[in-house]
Amino acid sequence: MSLAQGVAGSNPLLNITIFGLFVVVTLAIVIRVSKKASSGASDFYTAGGGFSGPQNGVAISGDYLSAASFLGIAGAIALNGYDGFLYSVGFLVAWLVALLLVAELLRNTGKYTMGDVLAFRMRQRPVRAAAATSTLAVSFFYLLAQMAGAGGLVALLLNVTSTGGQAVVIAIVGAVMIAYVLIGGMRGTTWVQIIKAVLLIAGAGIMTLWVLALYGFNFSALLGAAVERGGDAGEALLNPGKQYGKSAITRIDFISLGLALVLGTAGLPHILMRFYTVPTAKEARRSVVWAIALIGLFYLFTLVLGYGAGALVGPDTIRKAPGAANSAAPLLAYELGGTILLGIIAAVAFATILAVVAGLTITASASFAHDIYINVIKHGHVQDEQHTEVKIARRTAIVIGIVAIAGGILASRQNIAFLVALAFAVAASANLPTILYTLFWRRFNTTGALCSIYGGLAITIVLIIFSPVVSGKPVDPATGRSPSMLQGVDFSWFPLDNPGIISIPASFLLGYLGTVLGKDRPDPKKVAEMEVRSLTGIGAEKAVAH
Amino acid sequence: MTATDRPLPSEAQDWEAMLARPEFQELRRRLRRFVFPMTALFLGWYLLYVLMATYAVGFMSIKLWGNINVGLVFGLLQFVSTFAITAAYVRFADRKLDPLSAELRGEIESGEFERGGK
Repeated sequence: MSLAQGVAGSNPLLNITIFGLFVVVTLAIVIRVSKKASSGASDFYTAGGGFSGPQNGVAISGDYLSAASFLGIAGAIALNGYDGFLYSVGFLVAWLVALLLVAELLRNTGKYTMGDVLAFRMRQRPVRAAAATSTLAVSFFYLLAQMAGAGGLVALLLNVTSTGGQAVVIAIVGAVMIAYVLIGGMRGTTWVQIIKAVLLIAGAGIMTLWVLALYGFNFSALLGAAVERGGDAGEALLNPGKQYGKSAITRIDFISLGLALVLGTAGLPHILMRFYTVPTAKEARRSVVWAIALIGLFYLFTLVLGYGAGALVGPDTIRKAPGAANSAAPLLAYELGGTILLGIIAAVAFATILAVVAGLTITASASFAHDIYINVIKHGHVQDEQHTEVKIARRTAIVIGIVAIAGGILASRQNIAFLVALAFAVAASANLPTILYTLFWRRFNTTGALCSIYGGLAITIVLIIFSPVVSGKPVDPATGRSPSMLQGVDFSWFPLDNPGIISIPASFLLGYLGTVLGKDRPDPKKVAEMEVRSLTGIGAEKAVAH
Repeated sequence: MTATDRPLPSEAQDWEAMLARPEFQELRRRLRRFVFPMTALFLGWYLLYVLMATYAVGFMSIKLWGNINVGLVFGLLQFVSTFAITAAYVRFADRKLDPLSAELRGEIESGEFERGGK
């Protein structure tokens, strides 16, 4: 039972078999539902808006609960206790922004992409190009995080530790994902997300009940066991500050992270696109309600799973396992249900990555084909638009899949949480201010939109490049490596890991200044049209839809 | 229903006149009066939580029952408030927004239908 060789007790053959079964079953379903589809762009991007609110809500939770949520948060709670829980709170509260301010109005004004809404009453080409740039940037960082996570998971669960072996598995995951997107479009991808969400939430739910049953359904007793197992550092697991309370800088860093988490969700393009897959604004609202219920429930499960892993597996064992914090949930599964439960949880973790990656790919390819190719390059004039658009989107999906595979292989040593936080920071800085201004401020104009998108994007990326995440963290004596991305150089001057506290207010300010100082005025007819449509759904839903 | 068979925006539609209608202004006012204060409320409540977890560690560490401390209860209350605001908004939208927007939409779309002479 050597921990250096994958998770103890893991049976790679069993893990691969269960995962293979998931792929075969979901592919069969994807092929089945794709036969019902028409060939148009609307079907490829949004399944013709044909999903019900509850179905879409389950799919949203499948899109949102990535491996970072499952493995990452459970592991963070097991090792850092309360500070891991803080992520869950931010990730959940963020949904209120989507529910109250964004989902329904966006559903009523757009068709396929974020660019549809942002460019509605602006000059089409520059704003669409900006929206697509930011969509591609967010999707790229998020995609890299998921693919890097897949690499780590492979080492952990399939006992593939060689670089070449991991690359092969990442390539297989990428190829399956491309197949889902090409065959099933949004319809197939949505079903994959629904199946994955059910498996993930059910799996986590069973483990949660199991852990609680071991402690007589007494949560306080479970916490006590985690404290005891934690030894000298155990008591600190219950209190905030174990991870972020070290210095004044880490405290500000935490507030910065908290802002990006709560404001980033409603700016994630693959989440925004899921509001178009329902027929009406009311169904979009029901989707978010379902998503909030399921996501909230899931984060409550991870609280139990995290402390359960701390109590039953122990922080020392988790730290020494390959993948460290990320292995807490799989190790807990093995502790509870042996090889079989570990195999199921391993397969669910893979399914999670696969479904999220497919959702990101379809969003990025829609944005490229619809915003950049059709509207920017071809000025909106293409012969046989529907056919051309889907053709371009499919080709883009293949390119993005290949980029994701290559990036995942290169990024497999990178910190997953950092890449996800980067995606959230860009979404909160570049996308959310622009969306809110567009929906709620009549005067907001093209200059303002370009300032907040490009400004937010540039500030976020520059601050991250010159932050300690990229260079300059002191070498950790335990590993002999610096936790920064680059070793042996230090060009950092920005003290925080998370740029949100600067970049989010800055892009709100840039959007305001651009609007006030810019010479262009939005067309009052389009402003009125957008406002009437956004609130009534005229033109976006049929009168008989209810 | 697909996006392609949605009625296309008519250039002749007088959007500005619709915007100026009192019913529409009422709908807009109701929505904003609910979502803006509610957003301020939950963002403030969340920010308070984040600040407390960062700077009031002593208070958050006070144990209430067994190993359950203030911080855990505060965190779980964020879940409770999120669920409660969601429920309140759905109730509000169902009662105060949907009937009004359905009425406006019905009126405008049937008017458009007649004018189109189909």
